[in-house]
Amino acid sequence: MRHGFRQSMAWLHTWSGLIVGWVLFAVFVTGTASYYRAEISRWMQPELRREATIGPDALARAAELGVAHLQQHAAGARTWFIALPQPDRPLIDLFWRTKPGTPPGRAVLDARTGEPAALRETRGGDFFYRFHFELHLPPLWGRWIVGICAMIMLVALVSGVVTHRRIFADFFTLRRDKAAQRGWLDAHNVTGVLALPFHLMITYTGVVTLALIYMPWGVTVAYKGDQQAFFAESGQITQPRPAAGRPGALVPVGPMVREALATIPEPLERLTISHPRDAHATVVAVFEEPHGLSHEHPQIAFDGTSGAVLEVRRGGLQPAAKTFTTMVGLHEAHFAGPGLRLLFFLCGLMGSAMVATGLVLWTVARLPKEGRAPGLGWRLVHALNVGTVAGLPAAVAMMLLANRLLPAGLAGRAEWEVWAFFGTWLAVTLVALVPAPRRAWSGAMAFAAILFLAVAVADGLTTRALWDDPAWFLAFDAAMLALAAACALVARKVTRYVAPARGRRSPAEGRPMPAAQARTALQPVPAGREEAGRRFERA
Amino acid sequence: MTLRPSALADRLGRAAVLGRIVLAAGGGYAIAALATALLSLVLPLPRSEAVTAATLASFAIMIAVVVVVFAARSLGRALAAIAIATLLLGGALWLVAGPLTPVVPT
Repeated sequence: MRHGFRQSMAWLHTWSGLIVGWVLFAVFVTGTASYYRAEISRWMQPELRREATIGPDALARAAELGVAHLQQHAAGARTWFIALPQPDRPLIDLFWRTKPGTPPGRAVLDARTGEPAALRETRGGDFFYRFHFELHLPPLWGRWIVGICAMIMLVALVSGVVTHRRIFADFFTLRRDKAAQRGWLDAHNVTGVLALPFHLMITYTGVVTLALIYMPWGVTVAYKGDQQAFFAESGQITQPRPAAGRPGALVPVGPMVREALATIPEPLERLTISHPRDAHATVVAVFEEPHGLSHEHPQIAFDGTSGAVLEVRRGGLQPAAKTFTTMVGLHEAHFAGPGLRLLFFLCGLMGSAMVATGLVLWTVARLPKEGRAPGLGWRLVHALNVGTVAGLPAAVAMMLLANRLLPAGLAGRAEWEVWAFFGTWLAVTLVALVPAPRRAWSGAMAFAAILFLAVAVADGLTTRALWDDPAWFLAFDAAMLALAAACALVARKVTRYVAPARGRRSPAEGRPMPAAQARTALQPVPAGREEAGRRFERA
Repeated sequence: MTLRPSALADRLGRAAVLGRIVLAAGGGYAIAALATALLSLVLPLPRSEAVTAATLASFAIMIAVVVVVFAARSLGRALAAIAIATLLLGGALWLVAGPLTPVVPT
């Protein structure tokens, strides 16, 4: 189609990228933030006091406290999840599922007393983490939408690579002094190509993380659709035990915790208790992954009514299963120390920038001719671009700000934070429709900058008394100031941008290109489009 | 209403593009799904390994099909390629697994 393979790929790249760009930008930004999920959670609950170590006795006691709470409040549940206290988060996080279709229950307990923890109510970093693959929609809907967008992103990446004649030269090309469209095109190429291995890796492994939702057919034919059997046989979980249908009494879990800790050296992360009141009650102790790329949690299964060990799972995965867990591990980057994690974070930012510059490029390349009003389609894309690229960072900042400014005892406080996030995002998108394009961009970026600045200021003013480790909180606030500076820099650049004068171009570049070539966004632009680029800042 | 030839060509062009999108999405998923099911049964590996390997490869298969559909010289050729691949894979799966009774994934 459209004159050959390269052109058809360019067309595919332009349009597949536009359709999913907004979702992908949100997925990239929240996913990038999720590299610091634990840090964000900690900052959003400054009341929390960390502990140096948590010994086996404290862990065993915390597990007992968790079970006691669940016996009282979640007796009818199918499965209990007890996240045990860690030095960074000395709390008992309880979660339980009753039956499909009913919302799960949650509680957070103080690890020493077993009473509900006295912390401000917030979703914390988990909000960004879950938004990253569920978009705050019903889980299956969100996961399918993100998965489809990720597949289209893979198509855009592959077709983008095919479209490039000179992928190596693109590493070093950023022509700021040429037309606006050239500059955006080069920025898109630099952010795309420089981190291309990361983009391909993170997109493919992201899809693989939820592979059995998208592609269950292998399990359907080989296991009659029984995913638990598949996971158990491939060595990723302990053998599931169906309920016996007879009542049974759970024996104390403290001794199981002690035995688990004596068996496996990794930190104990959580207990999963299935059918807690059945004769086949099963307690599975799940540990953190050992150091390494692969995302595989060692596990020990106990018989809940006798406390006897049923099964110990640690390592020993076969090649394909190991490949799968390594892909998931690469995506989550739990193995990464501070330096490598920062690199992942920067690559994530570059992915966000790649999507953002691609979206902007679409509008710059299609600016209406001088004197003509932009059409509805162009205005819509422009508003969604501003609303997403500038509005989403502003929304993140507003959520953090709401975390500091909303009263601690407000009913439904966590939901109000989420509303602050979506309200800001929507507001920026709608407001972006009003002013001229350039003013919309600089205004929205300046707004985001002010909000990030306000986050740091609000933290210092309202929460200083709660900081258990002032240096840590100051470092987080410094990161917020850096984000504010980055947004302010963009706002300033947009305001001060002066299009290069026509005379600076060599005559050869001013030559109009054949229409077929002009269609592909990745090739020299005809003169008319370059003029349009300069009109952008006048519009 | 009569259309100018160029407008007609434009509409036909758009219909062909829409056809390719539908074909790439539907055909790509169908081929990837059939290939996953087939490879899960025929790869000479332990059962769980065959399923894992086939599932991991399925997304690359789908991307390849999408690229083929958009790179094909005409929509007709793309359709033919997809149809042949689907029939071959479906037939092979039928030979290996027999007519499958529908199973609801749990």
